[in-house]
Amino acid sequence: MTELITISAETPWYDLFSRGSRDWLRHNQKVRDAVQNNLPDLVAGPDVITGSQERTVQVPVRLLEHARFRLSDASTQTSAGQGRGKPGDVLRQAQPDMGGDEGEGGNNEGEVKLLLEFKIDDIIDWLWEELQLPDLQPKRNTSVEDDEYVREGWDRHGARARLDRRRTVKEAVKRRATQERIQENPVPFTNEDLRFKQLVQRRKPATNAVVIFALDVSASMTDAERRLAKSFFFFVLQGIRRRYAKVETRFIAHTTQAWEFSESEFFNVSGSGGTGASTAFKMAVEMVESEYDPSQYNGYLFYASDGENFTEDRGAATEYLGRLGRLLNYIGYVETVPGSPRTSETEMKMLCTELERTGAPIGSSVLTRHEDVWKAIRKFFVAQQTE
Amino acid sequence: MCTTSSAESIENLKQYSTRIEHLARELGLDYYPVDFELVPNNFMMEIAVYGLPVRMPHWSFGVRYIHQLIRQGMGNSRIFEVMFPGDPCRAYLVNGNTLPENTLVTAHVLGHADFAKNNHLFEHFMEMAGGHILEQAAARAHRIDEAIREHGQEQVEAVLDAALALEPHIDINRELHRSLYPVEEKHEPEPQGDVFQQRYRQLPGEKPHAEPHVGVRRSPIPPQPEYDLLWFIAHYGPELEDWERDIFLAVREESYYFYPVFACQIINEGWASYWHARLLREADFLPQDLYLSAIKAHSDVVRPYAAERQLALAVNPYHLGFSMWEDIVEKHGLEAARRIVKEEDDFGFIRNYLTPELAEKLELFVYEARDDGDIRIAANDIHAVHEAILAPKFNYGAPRIAANHLHVDGSLQLLHDHQSDGRGLDLSRAERVLEYVSRVWRRPVTLHTVGDRGEARVVTSKR
Repeated sequence: MTELITISAETPWYDLFSRGSRDWLRHNQKVRDAVQNNLPDLVAGPDVITGSQERTVQVPVRLLEHARFRLSDASTQTSAGQGRGKPGDVLRQAQPDMGGDEGEGGNNEGEVKLLLEFKIDDIIDWLWEELQLPDLQPKRNTSVEDDEYVREGWDRHGARARLDRRRTVKEAVKRRATQERIQENPVPFTNEDLRFKQLVQRRKPATNAVVIFALDVSASMTDAERRLAKSFFFFVLQGIRRRYAKVETRFIAHTTQAWEFSESEFFNVSGSGGTGASTAFKMAVEMVESEYDPSQYNGYLFYASDGENFTEDRGAATEYLGRLGRLLNYIGYVETVPGSPRTSETEMKMLCTELERTGAPIGSSVLTRHEDVWKAIRKFFVAQQTE
Repeated sequence: MCTTSSAESIENLKQYSTRIEHLARELGLDYYPVDFELVPNNFMMEIAVYGLPVRMPHWSFGVRYIHQLIRQGMGNSRIFEVMFPGDPCRAYLVNGNTLPENTLVTAHVLGHADFAKNNHLFEHFMEMAGGHILEQAAARAHRIDEAIREHGQEQVEAVLDAALALEPHIDINRELHRSLYPVEEKHEPEPQGDVFQQRYRQLPGEKPHAEPHVGVRRSPIPPQPEYDLLWFIAHYGPELEDWERDIFLAVREESYYFYPVFACQIINEGWASYWHARLLREADFLPQDLYLSAIKAHSDVVRPYAAERQLALAVNPYHLGFSMWEDIVEKHGLEAARRIVKEEDDFGFIRNYLTPELAEKLELFVYEARDDGDIRIAANDIHAVHEAILAPKFNYGAPRIAANHLHVDGSLQLLHDHQSDGRGLDLSRAERVLEYVSRVWRRPVTLHTVGDRGEARVVTSKR
């Protein structure tokens, strides 16, 4: 009988290449692309602004489904099973709906989720690339300067900590090369070989920055409006951080009064009653004057509100904003109007436009949707570049 | 137990399988040559995920791959063998499985090989496509790699998104190689008129009747609802480029190849299980401990439900097929069984040979699961059981959707045969499939189906 079967066990390349992994990576790439298009929604945690820069955002994502035609789910599914039982036997009781999470957990049983990790820095780099944003210019005011030490030259004497090993070895090699003829066993290093880095004092432009965020928390500010403001604050701060070595952040919320908050509280504060923006501006002025000397700090103020402000407050608000304009690099005002943009000019907008006309470094934008956040950020950074 | 990767165990496997083959041939098994290959587990997993040893790349395989990886990681899924019918057949064994397991699997594969050579559905496919589908699939995968280099990943992926989404939408009642629709409808000869009219025409001075109007009318495309969507789009897609058509036809040919395996799962797995059990039982040359381990593996494969359970909400096709073949051979003899192998697929096999007595003995039932979580046994009469087992197998397991009209502007209209399917389509998925399709069709694509309450619904691609 001739045999019809063969058995072989050579597997030359199977271990080297996994098509499954290749297609899995492609899937992940597609997920990443999809997520990047929804970035503003991702940064929603309570501490996104002050949290560490090394941090990552973890985004649970469902696996992509390659859609096929399927029948809609019937309310009753019929299938075949096997085991002891007769018609009418209940194999599982209907679960009373617990509502909320528990029900959902049950429905999605066994679902595989992907946890994507994005470095905040990567997100921001990507954004800057995508929006083609220029880097910020520190204040052109030359009086804003710091001292710094920079390396310059070498010497044979110096502190141990600044020993330049590379150069020292070079010196030793040179010496030994010339000495060899004279000496049988050259010592590896002598005191003459040592080289130390030298430092000199230089002046440099200040790279400290303070960013003050002010938010109108009066009753008219809804959750949607706060989220818009928060997205804007977050990204604008990231942009400033790219430029400055040290950035301090302060948070002021106001109704007819102003308070300072920590970040985590800041976005959760809600007040009641009317709106007097001047209180926040006054607080900012005091803050800058007492703690952030404009000759040492690059100052920024970002203010978000729905645009309402008491008309009686106009004078005071104009005055303090004007003073801030002289103290700070830039003032950004964003008006959060979820839904459709308003046609008439609001009190705050008018006030800002007025100041802008007098030459104060102030700009305003309207945020109605998340996409507007990018526009506003772009406007702000481009304005900074042209100055 | 150790794996089958050492030279010694491979040598043993070769010896045992050679003797098992002799036994099989003596018992009348008849098959094309089978090339076995022992491969690492990760490669085996990929074969199972892709359905072919070398196949086109697509991200959806990556998703299946990760699911399989997780199932294996949790110990819920083990792959013993994958067999590709053809001439020769190719079978893959896992070198991480034990020698007794692989001995059993060799016998099992011989059962599959016999089935594939003798069953009419498999035979029909092989007539249409030849016996070298794996090589062809590998060559096509290579061509697609080249297309990716030439046209870029996004472009090729868009075509694969559409083609693979329509994978089961072929017409299995028609040929793999089809010619295009006739361009002209046969014109009907103009009615000759009655006798009076004929004589009237012949009167002198009467103008010759205008040339009989030749009824050349462009036939509508498609002339009748076309269920082979892959074929239809490949050949009638406006502006479809050659390499795109290639991809559609590649997916279509593979889909034809998979169909016999899909439609004969119970009968085929049952046949192979029947033979591995019988061959092992009669292989008196196997060492006793190897035989025992192999039989243990056998009973794990054909058990109806997990060991600690008394009931399963699914029917194990190995168990059902195996029990049915034992029953058939016992009652009607091997000759009759071989005739059944030749003629039937799962539909005929279940309806004709799953008898009420056997169904009762196997304690098969039909259950209903309501969406509030309530599950109860609905019936155990034999017709209900037959239909419940077969329900997922109709129309390649996919809704019946036909291309039924090509508008003058080139837009395509699809029609869902909701009456046969009993209900409408999942609309959000349907919409996404139309998105895939319209990218390739390059014109709007609409789909007519019904909603939850039977009301007409039209889904339209967004572009």
